[in-house]
Amino acid sequence: MRKEYVYQAFERFWHWTQAALILFLGVTGFEIHGTFHFFGYAQAVHFHNIAAIAFLILIAFAIFWHFSTGEWRQYIPTLTNLRAQGEYYVLGIFRNSPHPLKKSVLSKLNPLQKLVYAGLKLLVIPVIALSGLLYMFYRYPQRYEVIALRIESLRTIALIHTAGAFLLVAFFIAHLYLITTGRTLTSNLKAMLTGFEELENEPNHAPEERSQP
Amino acid sequence: MKRIFLALIGAGALVGLALVMLPQRAVDPTPQARLKQQYATKVKSSVDHSKFDQLKRPFAKPQEVTAACLTCHNGRAGEVMKSSHWTWTRTEYIEGQGIRTIGKKNALNNFCIGIEGNEQSCNKCHAGYGYGDKNFDFKNPLNIDCLACHDNSDTYLKANMGAGMPDLKVDLNKVAEHVGRPTRVNCVTCHGFGGGGNNVKHGDIEKALFEPTRDVDVHMASEGENLLCVDCHTAEKHQILGKMYSLSSMNRNRVSCETCHSEVPHKDDVLNKHMLKVACQTCHIPVYAKVNPTKLRWDWSTAGKLKDGEPYEEKDASGTDSYLSIKGSFIWGKKLKPDYVWSNGTASHYLLGDPVDPSKPLKINELHGNYNDPEAKIIPVKIHRAKQIYDTENKYLIQPKTVSTKPGDGGYWKEFNWQRASEEGMKLAGLPYSGKYGFIETEMTWPINHMVSPKGQTVACTECHIREGGRLAELKGFYLPGRDFSSLIERLGGGMLLLTLSGVFVHGGARYWTSRKRKGGE
Repeated sequence: MRKEYVYQAFERFWHWTQAALILFLGVTGFEIHGTFHFFGYAQAVHFHNIAAIAFLILIAFAIFWHFSTGEWRQYIPTLTNLRAQGEYYVLGIFRNSPHPLKKSVLSKLNPLQKLVYAGLKLLVIPVIALSGLLYMFYRYPQRYEVIALRIESLRTIALIHTAGAFLLVAFFIAHLYLITTGRTLTSNLKAMLTGFEELENEPNHAPEERSQP
Repeated sequence: MKRIFLALIGAGALVGLALVMLPQRAVDPTPQARLKQQYATKVKSSVDHSKFDQLKRPFAKPQEVTAACLTCHNGRAGEVMKSSHWTWTRTEYIEGQGIRTIGKKNALNNFCIGIEGNEQSCNKCHAGYGYGDKNFDFKNPLNIDCLACHDNSDTYLKANMGAGMPDLKVDLNKVAEHVGRPTRVNCVTCHGFGGGGNNVKHGDIEKALFEPTRDVDVHMASEGENLLCVDCHTAEKHQILGKMYSLSSMNRNRVSCETCHSEVPHKDDVLNKHMLKVACQTCHIPVYAKVNPTKLRWDWSTAGKLKDGEPYEEKDASGTDSYLSIKGSFIWGKKLKPDYVWSNGTASHYLLGDPVDPSKPLKINELHGNYNDPEAKIIPVKIHRAKQIYDTENKYLIQPKTVSTKPGDGGYWKEFNWQRASEEGMKLAGLPYSGKYGFIETEMTWPINHMVSPKGQTVACTECHIREGGRLAELKGFYLPGRDFSSLIERLGGGMLLLTLSGVFVHGGARYWTSRKRKGGE
């Protein structure tokens, strides 16, 4: 066992801000959707719009970070060991078996995580962000209309946005639970908070030389 | 600590950036203050009419007053005679009906039905003297009633059954010496009493506007801005801006809030965006018939019951008429939430002789528009429903003669005989009457534009953006956030969340259970 610096400062900032924003967007969004009353409708709309733009800016920075550091490669989906990882969650975890794959700085994500996060980043987030943008800038049928983008009704946009929101909430719930499936119940949480995680020595990779920030 | 601090700064910067990037409009901080100042200075007449020798004399006939007015105000008679206050018609293009001449002269309503044959009574509110039948001389300027609109003495009154002539009690000399810009009383005396009583027709124009409180009308409040009708309904050469879709068909000469308040009056851009599809009145007139009740239903078919051969009346608990032998049964309402419809500023109208389909309620006027119509906005309306007489053979509405001016003329209000009233009414209207009549359900739609409430009483978001029971619950054909959803997506989404949650509990529970078992076994 040795302590490794797994999550860099920006990565953690990005993760927690994104978590807060998604939670906040979820609450305000479902209030706008009519699911419950909490902030008050006008406030919910106002907050949702601000948080949405903050989220977009964050996404822009995150994209830049992923490419400039090369971290995007962590998310390339793979079928290798997908089955083993699946079997771990279905069987191994109940028998106190060790994680089938060793976590390392160069390979932080297990195959299931790669698949889910790639889906999230390439499908769910883009869909919800784009439909959100269209929602925000939807042109109501009006006088002196300049027709650049012909969208017949808000309905399609709104329904896609709602569907995306449901997916994100489901992800959020599952994600919260999966925090507890690390080496210990809280090891994942501590790692994402501090950046450091106790990793098992891995024979194939020499320990990374990384300077601390 | 330093890192947490940096992270907080980062998050703060993010939200700050988001706030800056949100579309915001530079709003003049004091448009209201500017308007208040503008309207604080009341228009005063530049002359004192009581000093004019032409007016300091007794007048035997009201026409003499008109003649005196015209000696100075030359050219004005021609203007008045072009206005709809005088002609009681307009030439309008009606969608699907072509160009038609329409006005009080020939249109029907579902209150007192129409003026034809009833001029002696209805035409009390004509801006003229003696429009007692269709032979009235519309070319004679001396028949213009200047005083109905310009009396500032509050003593002018038109006679009942006088075809527009003043009441005999009126001191014409006094009135003539106190003329000026039309007051609220001048306008509302007619416009608030259409249909035979206060607030019967409009629901938002009634005698409470003589001296309204701020709660009743934020603009005309006598303790506030004290605006007059003519401050918004401005006039150029006696052609007054504004009209009502009970009679008008075209999108023109409309009074709009935007004239004073601009097209972007709110600080909140989301609210300004609403204005593309929602009229100002929709949110700012949350309730109508605020002070006195307005008529919601008029059933002519029950009219004619007599007690000991005499007509009688019944009142409901609030003291308003619920039954009159001459008119039938009524339902009134007070402090009402408006209905809401799409309106693009055009309407179609039922005119005398148009065919009817008795199988469904006849729309006497119909406002056009829908969500996809770029001109259309949601507006508040009052819907007045009635059951009124029609010719069951010829399949058109009957213009009955209701008013009786001499014995045996068929006037229903004296003879209580629909057969006779229909014969005489249709004879005057110049249409055949089959001799068979029935009663048909009809509807009129009256836009609610007046009695704007103070800011604090504006319709709240969730009165429309709500799943059920909202003000716009009945207005379909578009997606309204907060109200609309796809039940498929709700079911799939909800099911997915339920599955995820139960997955978490089952998996977590199993982990807890197996780990306990393991520990126990060790």
